[in-house]
Amino acid sequence: MYVAVKGGERAIENAHDWLAEERRGDPDVGELSLAQIREQLKLAVTRVMAEGSLYDPDLAALAIKQARGDLIEAIFLMRAYRTTLPRIGASLPVDTEEMICDRRISATFKDLPGGQVLGPTFDYTHRLLDFKLAAEGELPEAATSEARPEPVPHVTSFLDAEGLIQQERATDDVPRDITREPMAYPTDRSTRLQVLTRGDEGFILGLAYSTQRGYARNHAFVGELRIGTVPVEMEIPELGFAIEIGEVELTECESVNQFAGSKTEPPQFTRGYGLVMGAAERKAIAMALVDRALRWEELGEDNLGAPAQDEEFVLSHCDNIQATGFLEHIKLPHYVDFQAELELVRKLRSEAEANIATQEAAE
Amino acid sequence: MTEMKEIAQEARRDWMSLLARSTAADLARLWAEAGLAPAFDWLRRPEVGGVMMRGRQGGTGAPFNLGEITVTRCALKLADGTVGHGYVQGRDKRHAEQAALVDALMQTGQVPAIEAAVLAPLRRAQAARQSKRAAKAAATKVEFFTLQRGED
Repeated sequence: MYVAVKGGERAIENAHDWLAEERRGDPDVGELSLAQIREQLKLAVTRVMAEGSLYDPDLAALAIKQARGDLIEAIFLMRAYRTTLPRIGASLPVDTEEMICDRRISATFKDLPGGQVLGPTFDYTHRLLDFKLAAEGELPEAATSEARPEPVPHVTSFLDAEGLIQQERATDDVPRDITREPMAYPTDRSTRLQVLTRGDEGFILGLAYSTQRGYARNHAFVGELRIGTVPVEMEIPELGFAIEIGEVELTECESVNQFAGSKTEPPQFTRGYGLVMGAAERKAIAMALVDRALRWEELGEDNLGAPAQDEEFVLSHCDNIQATGFLEHIKLPHYVDFQAELELVRKLRSEAEANIATQEAAE
Repeated sequence: MTEMKEIAQEARRDWMSLLARSTAADLARLWAEAGLAPAFDWLRRPEVGGVMMRGRQGGTGAPFNLGEITVTRCALKLADGTVGHGYVQGRDKRHAEQAALVDALMQTGQVPAIEAAVLAPLRRAQAARQSKRAAKAAATKVEFFTLQRGED
Protein backbone atom coordinates (compact mmCIF):
# COMPACT_ATOMS: atom_id res chain seq x y z
CA MET A 1 0.00 0.00 0.00
CA TYR A 2 1.17 3.49 -0.82
CA VAL A 3 0.43 6.05 1.87
CA ALA A 4 0.60 9.80 1.31
CA VAL A 5 3.18 11.47 3.50
CA LYS A 6 3.82 15.12 4.15
CA GLY A 7 7.14 16.83 4.35
CA GLY A 8 10.23 17.02 2.22
CA GLU A 9 8.90 19.88 0.06
CA ARG A 10 12.14 21.80 0.22
CA ALA A 11 14.22 18.71 -0.49
CA ILE A 12 12.03 17.96 -3.52
CA GLU A 13 12.28 21.51 -4.83
CA ASN A 14 16.05 21.52 -4.43
CA ALA A 15 16.33 18.10 -6.05
CA HIS A 16 14.46 19.42 -9.08
CA ASP A 17 16.65 22.51 -9.27
CA TRP A 18 19.70 20.29 -9.21
CA LEU A 19 18.13 18.08 -11.88
CA ALA A 20 17.72 21.16 -14.09
CA GLU A 21 21.37 22.07 -13.56
CA GLU A 22 22.55 18.52 -14.27
CA ARG A 23 20.38 18.43 -17.38
CA ARG A 24 22.20 21.46 -18.69
CA GLY A 25 25.57 19.88 -17.88
CA ASP A 26 28.79 21.85 -18.15
CA PRO A 27 27.78 25.43 -19.05
CA ASP A 28 31.02 25.79 -21.05
CA VAL A 29 29.58 23.26 -23.49
CA GLY A 30 26.98 24.61 -25.90
CA GLU A 31 23.32 23.87 -25.14
CA LEU A 32 21.51 21.32 -27.32
CA SER A 33 18.74 22.78 -29.43
CA LEU A 34 15.57 20.85 -30.19
CA ALA A 35 16.40 21.13 -33.89
CA GLN A 36 19.77 19.44 -33.25
CA ILE A 37 18.08 16.57 -31.44
CA ARG A 38 15.40 16.29 -34.13
CA GLU A 39 17.91 16.28 -36.98
CA GLN A 40 20.92 14.49 -35.52
CA LEU A 41 19.36 12.02 -33.07
CA LYS A 42 16.57 11.12 -35.43
CA LEU A 43 16.34 7.46 -34.47
CA ALA A 44 15.91 8.36 -30.80
CA VAL A 45 13.16 10.79 -31.86
CA THR A 46 11.57 7.99 -33.88
CA ARG A 47 11.56 5.62 -30.95
CA VAL A 48 10.03 8.18 -28.61
CA MET A 49 7.27 8.88 -31.14
CA ALA A 50 6.55 5.21 -31.82
CA GLU A 51 6.45 4.11 -28.19
CA GLY A 52 4.90 7.39 -27.06
CA SER A 53 2.27 6.64 -29.72
CA LEU A 54 2.28 10.22 -30.98
CA TYR A 55 3.86 11.35 -34.23
CA ASP A 56 5.36 14.80 -33.62
CA PRO A 57 9.16 15.06 -34.06
CA ASP A 58 9.46 18.46 -32.31
CA LEU A 59 7.62 17.21 -29.23
CA ALA A 60 9.71 14.04 -29.16
CA ALA A 61 12.90 16.15 -29.34
CA LEU A 62 11.67 18.24 -26.42
CA ALA A 63 10.85 15.10 -24.44
CA ILE A 64 14.35 13.70 -25.06
CA LYS A 65 15.97 16.94 -23.93
CA GLN A 66 13.79 17.15 -20.83
CA ALA A 67 14.45 13.49 -19.99
CA ARG A 68 18.23 13.93 -20.38
CA GLY A 69 18.25 11.24 -23.03
CA ASP A 70 16.39 8.67 -20.91
CA LEU A 71 14.13 7.41 -23.69
CA ILE A 72 11.60 5.64 -21.49
CA GLU A 73 11.21 8.83 -19.43
CA ALA A 74 10.79 10.74 -22.73
CA ILE A 75 8.17 8.24 -23.90
CA PHE A 76 6.38 8.76 -20.59
CA LEU A 77 6.30 12.52 -21.26
CA MET A 78 4.88 11.93 -24.76
CA ARG A 79 2.18 9.60 -23.43
CA ALA A 80 1.22 12.11 -20.75
CA TYR A 81 0.98 14.89 -23.33
CA ARG A 82 -1.02 12.66 -25.66
CA THR A 83 -3.73 12.19 -23.07
CA THR A 84 -4.31 15.97 -22.97
CA LEU A 85 -5.08 16.17 -26.70
CA PRO A 86 -8.70 16.27 -27.80
CA ARG A 87 -9.31 13.53 -30.36
CA ILE A 88 -10.15 15.17 -33.67
CA GLY A 89 -10.90 11.91 -35.43
CA ALA A 90 -9.37 8.87 -37.06
CA SER A 91 -7.54 8.71 -40.36
CA LEU A 92 -8.32 6.45 -43.28
CA PRO A 93 -5.96 3.46 -43.18
CA VAL A 94 -2.62 4.54 -44.64
CA ASP A 95 -1.78 2.98 -48.00
CA THR A 96 1.73 1.60 -47.63
CA GLU A 97 1.71 0.35 -51.24
CA GLU A 98 1.95 4.03 -52.20
CA MET A 99 4.85 4.70 -49.83
CA ILE A 100 7.62 6.88 -51.23
CA CYS A 101 10.45 4.59 -50.18
CA ASP A 102 13.84 5.67 -48.89
CA ARG A 103 14.61 2.01 -48.37
CA ARG A 104 13.02 -1.15 -49.68
CA ILE A 105 14.60 -4.57 -49.49
CA SER A 106 13.44 -8.14 -49.82
CA ALA A 107 15.23 -11.20 -48.47
CA THR A 108 13.05 -13.51 -50.54
CA PHE A 109 13.31 -12.19 -54.10
CA LYS A 110 16.44 -10.80 -55.68
CA ASP A 111 14.87 -9.23 -58.72
CA LEU A 112 11.59 -7.54 -58.12
CA PRO A 113 9.63 -4.59 -59.51
CA GLY A 114 10.83 -1.42 -57.82
CA GLY A 115 14.19 -3.02 -57.07
CA GLN A 116 16.23 -3.37 -53.90
CA VAL A 117 16.92 0.08 -52.48
CA LEU A 118 19.31 0.18 -49.53
CA GLY A 119 18.63 3.70 -48.30
CA PRO A 120 20.65 5.29 -45.47
CA THR A 121 21.39 1.99 -43.71
CA PHE A 122 23.84 0.82 -41.03
CA ASP A 123 23.97 -2.54 -42.86
CA TYR A 124 27.36 -3.34 -44.42
CA THR A 125 29.10 -0.76 -42.21
CA HIS A 126 32.00 -2.26 -40.27
CA ARG A 127 30.69 -1.25 -36.86
CA LEU A 128 34.05 0.25 -36.05
CA LEU A 129 34.01 3.51 -34.15
CA ASP A 130 34.51 6.34 -36.59
CA PHE A 131 36.82 8.82 -34.90
CA LYS A 132 36.31 11.28 -37.70
CA LEU A 133 32.93 12.02 -36.12
CA ALA A 134 34.69 13.14 -32.95
CA ALA A 135 36.07 16.12 -34.84
CA GLU A 136 34.17 18.64 -36.86
CA GLY A 137 34.42 17.49 -40.41
CA GLU A 138 33.27 18.45 -43.83
CA LEU A 139 29.61 18.31 -44.64
CA PRO A 140 28.90 14.79 -45.87
CA GLU A 141 27.10 14.53 -49.15
CA ALA A 142 25.03 11.65 -50.49
CA ALA A 143 25.41 10.44 -54.05
CA THR A 144 22.44 10.89 -56.33
CA SER A 145 21.31 9.30 -59.51
CA GLU A 146 18.33 9.72 -61.74
CA ALA A 147 15.16 8.43 -60.13
CA ARG A 148 12.75 6.63 -62.44
CA PRO A 149 9.29 6.78 -60.89
CA GLU A 150 7.87 3.27 -60.91
CA PRO A 151 5.39 1.35 -58.79
CA VAL A 152 6.82 -0.48 -55.78
CA PRO A 153 4.33 -3.30 -55.17
CA HIS A 154 4.30 -5.29 -51.96
CA VAL A 155 6.37 -8.44 -52.28
CA THR A 156 3.56 -10.50 -50.73
CA SER A 157 1.34 -9.51 -53.65
CA PHE A 158 3.46 -11.72 -55.94
CA LEU A 159 2.84 -14.74 -53.71
CA ASP A 160 -0.75 -13.66 -53.33
CA ALA A 161 -1.25 -13.71 -57.10
CA GLU A 162 -0.23 -17.38 -57.13
CA GLY A 163 -2.38 -18.17 -54.12
CA LEU A 164 0.74 -19.25 -52.22
CA ILE A 165 0.25 -17.03 -49.17
CA GLN A 166 -2.59 -16.61 -46.75
CA GLN A 167 -4.77 -13.71 -47.90
CA GLU A 168 -5.51 -10.53 -46.02
CA ARG A 169 -9.13 -9.52 -46.45
CA ALA A 170 -9.70 -5.78 -46.50
CA THR A 171 -12.56 -4.63 -44.31
CA ASP A 172 -13.86 -1.30 -43.10
CA ASP A 173 -14.27 -2.54 -39.53
CA VAL A 174 -13.59 0.05 -36.85
CA PRO A 175 -10.72 -1.39 -34.79
CA ARG A 176 -10.88 -1.43 -31.01
CA ASP A 177 -8.78 1.36 -29.51
CA ILE A 178 -6.77 0.50 -26.39
CA THR A 179 -6.51 4.20 -25.52
CA ARG A 180 -10.29 4.32 -25.20
CA GLU A 181 -11.29 0.86 -23.98
CA PRO A 182 -9.62 -1.30 -21.35
CA MET A 183 -7.92 -4.46 -22.58
CA ALA A 184 -9.96 -7.64 -22.44
CA TYR A 185 -8.73 -11.16 -23.23
CA PRO A 186 -8.92 -12.98 -25.55
CA THR A 187 -8.33 -10.09 -27.90
CA ASP A 188 -8.07 -9.74 -31.69
CA ARG A 189 -5.23 -9.14 -34.15
CA SER A 190 -5.98 -5.43 -34.62
CA THR A 191 -5.74 -4.83 -30.90
CA ARG A 192 -2.54 -6.86 -30.71
CA LEU A 193 -0.97 -4.83 -33.51
CA GLN A 194 -1.87 -1.57 -31.77
CA VAL A 195 -0.22 -2.77 -28.55
CA LEU A 196 2.85 -4.17 -30.33
CA THR A 197 3.53 -1.07 -32.44
CA ARG A 198 3.81 1.06 -29.29
CA GLY A 199 5.40 -1.69 -27.22
CA ASP A 200 8.93 -1.55 -25.87
CA GLU A 201 11.46 -2.25 -28.60
CA GLY A 202 13.71 -4.27 -26.31
CA PHE A 203 10.88 -6.45 -25.05
CA ILE A 204 9.48 -7.10 -28.53
CA LEU A 205 12.99 -7.80 -29.82
CA GLY A 206 13.62 -10.31 -27.03
CA LEU A 207 10.35 -12.13 -27.70
CA ALA A 208 10.96 -12.21 -31.44
CA TYR A 209 14.44 -13.61 -30.79
CA SER A 210 12.94 -16.29 -28.56
CA THR A 211 10.79 -17.50 -31.50
CA GLN A 212 13.92 -17.70 -33.66
CA ARG A 213 15.70 -19.75 -31.01
CA GLY A 214 12.94 -22.31 -30.88
CA TYR A 215 10.29 -21.11 -28.45
CA ALA A 216 7.33 -21.42 -30.87
CA ARG A 217 9.58 -21.55 -33.86
CA ASN A 218 8.04 -20.37 -37.13
CA HIS A 219 10.91 -19.75 -39.48
CA ALA A 220 10.51 -16.23 -40.82
CA PHE A 221 11.80 -14.64 -44.00
CA VAL A 222 11.75 -10.90 -44.33
CA GLY A 223 9.55 -10.84 -47.41
CA GLU A 224 9.88 -7.12 -47.48
CA LEU A 225 11.09 -4.24 -45.42
CA ARG A 226 10.30 -0.69 -46.49
CA ILE A 227 10.90 2.71 -44.94
CA GLY A 228 9.45 5.88 -46.39
CA THR A 229 6.70 8.43 -46.23
CA VAL A 230 2.98 8.09 -46.71
CA PRO A 231 0.28 10.76 -46.66
CA VAL A 232 -2.31 10.55 -43.88
CA GLU A 233 -5.86 11.16 -45.07
CA MET A 234 -8.94 11.94 -43.01
CA GLU A 235 -12.59 12.50 -43.86
CA ILE A 236 -13.47 16.05 -42.85
CA PRO A 237 -17.09 16.04 -41.69
CA GLU A 238 -17.67 19.74 -42.40
CA LEU A 239 -16.40 19.30 -45.97
CA GLY A 240 -17.87 15.91 -46.79
CA PHE A 241 -14.65 14.61 -48.37
CA ALA A 242 -11.21 13.42 -47.34
CA ILE A 243 -8.06 15.54 -47.41
CA GLU A 244 -4.47 14.79 -46.52
CA ILE A 245 -3.84 16.13 -43.04
CA GLY A 246 -0.18 15.27 -42.94
CA GLU A 247 2.64 13.01 -43.95
CA VAL A 248 4.48 10.49 -41.79
CA GLU A 249 7.52 8.31 -42.06
CA LEU A 250 6.78 4.65 -41.40
CA THR A 251 8.64 1.34 -41.40
CA GLU A 252 6.80 -1.72 -42.61
CA CYS A 253 7.91 -5.35 -42.42
CA GLU A 254 6.08 -8.27 -43.94
CA SER A 255 7.39 -11.61 -42.85
CA VAL A 256 6.75 -14.75 -44.85
CA ASN A 257 6.56 -17.83 -42.67
CA GLN A 258 6.42 -21.58 -43.07
CA PHE A 259 3.06 -23.23 -42.92
CA ALA A 260 2.36 -26.88 -43.47
CA GLY A 261 -1.32 -26.45 -44.27
CA SER A 262 -4.25 -27.81 -42.29
CA LYS A 263 -7.47 -29.77 -42.81
CA THR A 264 -9.11 -26.73 -44.36
CA GLU A 265 -6.16 -24.88 -45.90
CA PRO A 266 -3.77 -26.11 -48.60
CA PRO A 267 -0.05 -25.73 -47.85
CA GLN A 268 0.82 -22.06 -48.13
CA PHE A 269 2.91 -19.34 -46.56
CA THR A 270 1.57 -17.23 -43.72
CA ARG A 271 2.30 -13.65 -42.76
CA GLY A 272 3.48 -11.64 -39.83
CA TYR A 273 3.14 -7.89 -39.95
CA GLY A 274 5.05 -4.99 -38.47
CA LEU A 275 4.24 -1.32 -38.99
CA VAL A 276 5.97 1.28 -36.83
CA MET A 277 6.23 5.07 -36.84
CA GLY A 278 9.52 6.47 -38.14
CA ALA A 279 12.62 4.61 -39.28
CA ALA A 280 12.54 1.60 -36.95
CA GLU A 281 13.40 -1.57 -38.80
CA ARG A 282 14.57 -3.65 -35.84
CA LYS A 283 11.25 -2.97 -34.16
CA ALA A 284 9.20 -3.61 -37.33
CA ILE A 285 10.87 -6.98 -38.00
CA ALA A 286 10.49 -8.00 -34.35
CA MET A 287 6.84 -6.92 -34.38
CA ALA A 288 6.17 -9.05 -37.46
CA LEU A 289 7.67 -12.13 -35.80
CA VAL A 290 5.72 -11.65 -32.59
CA ASP A 291 2.50 -10.94 -34.53
CA ARG A 292 3.01 -14.20 -36.39
CA ALA A 293 3.69 -16.18 -33.20
CA LEU A 294 0.51 -14.82 -31.61
CA ARG A 295 -1.58 -16.08 -34.54
CA TRP A 296 -1.07 -19.77 -33.66
CA GLU A 297 -4.71 -20.38 -32.79
CA GLU A 298 -6.17 -18.73 -35.89
CA LEU A 299 -3.74 -20.73 -38.06
CA GLY A 300 -4.49 -24.02 -36.33
CA GLU A 301 -1.04 -24.46 -34.81
CA ASP A 302 -0.23 -26.08 -31.48
CA ASN A 303 0.12 -24.03 -28.35
CA LEU A 304 3.65 -24.93 -27.32
CA GLY A 305 3.41 -22.89 -24.15
CA ALA A 306 6.02 -20.48 -25.47
CA PRO A 307 6.00 -16.93 -24.06
CA ALA A 308 5.60 -15.38 -27.53
CA GLN A 309 2.39 -17.38 -28.07
CA ASP A 310 0.74 -16.14 -24.87
CA GLU A 311 -1.07 -12.96 -25.84
CA GLU A 312 -1.92 -11.99 -22.29
CA PHE A 313 1.70 -12.36 -21.26
CA VAL A 314 2.99 -10.46 -24.29
CA LEU A 315 0.44 -7.65 -24.38
CA SER A 316 0.31 -6.96 -20.67
CA HIS A 317 4.09 -6.76 -20.31
CA CYS A 318 5.32 -5.08 -23.50
CA ASP A 319 4.28 -1.55 -22.55
CA ASN A 320 7.30 0.11 -20.99
CA ILE A 321 5.27 2.91 -19.41
CA GLN A 322 2.96 0.53 -17.58
CA ALA A 323 5.95 -1.59 -16.64
CA THR A 324 8.14 1.22 -15.39
CA GLY A 325 5.21 2.81 -13.55
CA PHE A 326 4.61 -0.31 -11.55
CA LEU A 327 8.26 -1.18 -11.16
CA GLU A 328 9.36 2.26 -10.01
CA HIS A 329 6.47 2.84 -7.63
CA ILE A 330 8.11 0.46 -5.18
CA LYS A 331 10.81 3.04 -4.50
CA LEU A 332 8.22 5.50 -3.16
CA PRO A 333 7.52 5.53 0.58
CA HIS A 334 5.95 2.30 1.79
CA TYR A 335 6.64 3.13 5.45
CA VAL A 336 3.33 1.89 6.84
CA ASP A 337 3.40 -1.32 4.79
CA PHE A 338 6.91 -2.01 5.86
CA GLN A 339 6.16 -1.20 9.53
CA ALA A 340 3.43 -3.81 9.45
CA GLU A 341 5.79 -6.39 7.93
CA LEU A 342 8.44 -5.49 10.49
CA GLU A 343 5.98 -5.96 13.35
CA LEU A 344 4.95 -9.31 11.91
CA VAL A 345 8.50 -10.60 11.56
CA ARG A 346 9.33 -9.49 15.13
CA LYS A 347 6.23 -11.23 16.42
CA LEU A 348 6.97 -14.47 14.52
CA ARG A 349 10.53 -14.40 15.77
CA SER A 350 9.64 -13.91 19.41
CA GLU A 351 7.09 -16.72 19.12
CA ALA A 352 9.69 -19.00 17.57
CA GLU A 353 12.22 -18.12 20.28
CA ALA A 354 9.62 -18.74 22.97
CA ASN A 355 8.86 -22.16 21.42
CA ILE A 356 12.53 -23.14 21.44
CA ALA A 357 12.85 -22.01 25.06
CA THR A 358 9.83 -24.13 26.12
CA GLN A 359 11.17 -27.16 24.22
CA GLU A 360 14.58 -26.84 25.84
CA ALA A 361 12.99 -26.47 29.25
CA ALA A 362 10.96 -29.64 28.65
CA GLU A 363 14.05 -31.60 27.67
CA MET B 1 -23.23 20.22 -62.72
CA THR B 2 -22.13 17.31 -60.49
CA GLU B 3 -19.04 17.02 -62.63
CA MET B 4 -18.24 20.69 -62.01
CA LYS B 5 -18.75 20.11 -58.32
CA GLU B 6 -16.43 17.13 -58.39
CA ILE B 7 -13.74 19.07 -60.17
CA ALA B 8 -14.07 21.92 -57.67
CA GLN B 9 -13.94 19.41 -54.80
CA GLU B 10 -10.88 17.72 -56.24
CA ALA B 11 -9.11 21.07 -56.58
CA ARG B 12 -9.97 22.03 -53.00
CA ARG B 13 -8.80 18.65 -51.76
CA ASP B 14 -5.50 19.27 -53.49
CA TRP B 15 -4.81 22.68 -52.05
CA MET B 16 -5.95 21.75 -48.55
CA SER B 17 -3.68 18.68 -48.63
CA LEU B 18 -0.79 20.79 -49.87
CA LEU B 19 -1.32 23.31 -47.05
CA ALA B 20 -1.59 20.54 -44.43
CA ARG B 21 1.71 19.00 -45.49
CA SER B 22 3.63 22.24 -46.00
CA THR B 23 5.93 23.37 -43.24
CA ALA B 24 4.62 26.18 -41.04
CA ALA B 25 7.76 28.20 -41.85
CA ASP B 26 7.31 27.91 -45.63
CA LEU B 27 3.67 28.98 -45.50
CA ALA B 28 4.37 31.83 -43.06
CA ARG B 29 7.11 33.21 -45.32
CA LEU B 30 5.00 33.02 -48.49
CA TRP B 31 1.96 34.45 -46.74
CA ALA B 32 4.00 37.39 -45.45
CA GLU B 33 5.52 37.98 -48.89
CA ALA B 34 2.06 37.93 -50.48
CA GLY B 35 1.20 40.84 -48.17
CA LEU B 36 -2.40 39.74 -47.66
CA ALA B 37 -4.37 40.60 -44.54
CA PRO B 38 -8.05 39.94 -45.18
CA ALA B 39 -10.52 40.69 -42.39
CA PHE B 40 -12.21 37.60 -40.95
CA ASP B 41 -14.21 36.24 -38.03
CA TRP B 42 -13.45 32.97 -36.28
CA LEU B 43 -15.97 30.18 -36.63
CA ARG B 44 -13.66 27.91 -34.65
CA ARG B 45 -10.45 29.19 -33.14
CA PRO B 46 -7.33 27.10 -33.78
CA GLU B 47 -7.38 23.94 -31.73
CA VAL B 48 -4.56 21.41 -31.34
CA GLY B 49 -5.70 17.80 -31.25
CA GLY B 50 -4.79 14.25 -32.11
CA VAL B 51 -5.88 12.16 -35.04
CA MET B 52 -5.69 8.40 -34.63
CA MET B 53 -3.75 7.11 -37.58
CA ARG B 54 -4.72 3.68 -38.88
CA GLY B 55 -2.93 1.00 -40.81
CA ARG B 56 -4.10 -2.32 -42.21
CA GLN B 57 -3.14 -5.85 -41.10
CA GLY B 58 -0.60 -7.12 -43.60
CA GLY B 59 -0.80 -3.76 -45.40
CA THR B 60 -4.08 -4.66 -47.08
CA GLY B 61 -6.34 -6.33 -44.48
CA ALA B 62 -8.53 -5.14 -41.63
CA PRO B 63 -7.71 -1.73 -40.08
CA PHE B 64 -5.82 -1.30 -36.80
CA ASN B 65 -4.80 1.76 -34.77
CA LEU B 66 -1.20 2.80 -35.33
CA GLY B 67 -0.99 5.80 -33.00
CA GLU B 68 -1.87 9.46 -33.16
CA ILE B 69 -0.50 12.44 -35.04
CA THR B 70 -0.82 16.03 -33.92
CA VAL B 71 -3.12 18.18 -36.03
CA THR B 72 -4.26 21.79 -35.64
CA ARG B 73 -7.55 22.90 -37.12
CA CYS B 74 -9.64 26.04 -37.34
CA ALA B 75 -12.48 27.59 -39.35
CA LEU B 76 -13.07 31.21 -40.27
CA LYS B 77 -15.30 33.44 -42.35
CA LEU B 78 -14.15 36.29 -44.57
CA ALA B 79 -16.07 39.61 -44.61
CA ASP B 80 -17.92 38.44 -47.76
CA GLY B 81 -19.09 35.29 -45.95
CA THR B 82 -16.67 32.81 -47.58
CA VAL B 83 -15.75 30.04 -45.15
CA GLY B 84 -12.23 28.66 -44.97
CA HIS B 85 -11.08 25.55 -43.12
CA GLY B 86 -7.55 24.91 -41.94
CA TYR B 87 -6.28 21.41 -41.08
CA VAL B 88 -2.53 21.20 -40.73
CA GLN B 89 -0.06 18.68 -39.29
CA GLY B 90 1.60 19.73 -36.05
CA ARG B 91 0.78 22.23 -33.34
CA ASP B 92 1.26 25.59 -35.01
CA LYS B 93 -1.88 27.71 -34.69
CA ARG B 94 -0.63 30.37 -37.11
CA HIS B 95 -0.08 27.63 -39.66
CA ALA B 96 -3.74 26.55 -39.34
CA GLU B 97 -4.95 30.14 -39.51
CA GLN B 98 -2.97 30.88 -42.67
CA ALA B 99 -4.12 27.61 -44.25
CA ALA B 100 -7.76 28.51 -43.54
CA LEU B 101 -7.27 31.99 -45.01
CA VAL B 102 -5.73 30.53 -48.16
CA ASP B 103 -8.60 28.01 -48.36
CA ALA B 104 -11.13 30.85 -48.09
CA LEU B 105 -9.38 33.13 -50.60
CA MET B 106 -9.13 30.24 -53.10
CA GLN B 107 -12.94 30.30 -53.22
CA THR B 108 -13.01 34.03 -54.13
CA GLY B 109 -11.82 36.04 -57.12
CA GLN B 110 -8.26 35.95 -55.74
CA VAL B 111 -7.43 32.48 -57.08
CA PRO B 112 -4.71 33.54 -59.57
CA ALA B 113 -2.91 35.72 -57.03
CA ILE B 114 -2.98 33.06 -54.27
CA GLU B 115 -2.07 30.29 -56.66
CA ALA B 116 0.97 32.22 -57.89
CA ALA B 117 2.13 33.66 -54.57
CA VAL B 118 1.46 30.75 -52.20
CA LEU B 119 0.35 27.44 -53.67
CA ALA B 120 2.70 27.16 -56.64
CA PRO B 121 5.84 27.84 -54.54
CA LEU B 122 4.63 25.36 -51.87
CA ARG B 123 4.05 22.74 -54.55
CA ARG B 124 7.51 23.37 -55.97
CA ALA B 125 9.12 23.14 -52.53
CA GLN B 126 7.42 19.81 -51.81
CA ALA B 127 8.31 18.40 -55.22
CA ALA B 128 11.92 19.51 -54.76
CA ARG B 129 12.15 17.88 -51.31
CA GLN B 130 10.69 14.68 -52.69
CA SER B 131 12.85 14.45 -55.81
CA LYS B 132 15.99 15.19 -53.80
CA ARG B 133 15.33 12.16 -51.57
CA ALA B 134 14.26 10.05 -54.53
CA ALA B 135 17.58 10.79 -56.27
CA LYS B 136 19.54 9.69 -53.18
CA ALA B 137 17.42 6.53 -52.87
CA ALA B 138 18.01 5.78 -56.57
CA ALA B 139 21.76 5.94 -55.98
CA THR B 140 21.44 3.15 -53.37
CA LYS B 141 19.51 0.83 -55.68
CA VAL B 142 21.32 -2.48 -56.00
CA GLU B 143 22.47 -3.53 -59.46
CA PHE B 144 23.10 -7.26 -59.48
CA PHE B 145 25.79 -8.78 -61.65
CA THR B 146 25.59 -12.44 -62.49
CA LEU B 147 29.01 -13.98 -62.02
CA GLN B 148 30.31 -16.27 -64.70
CA ARG B 149 29.95 -19.82 -63.41
CA GLY B 150 32.02 -21.54 -66.04
CA GLU B 151 29.36 -24.10 -66.88
CA ASP B 152 29.77 -23.76 -70.64
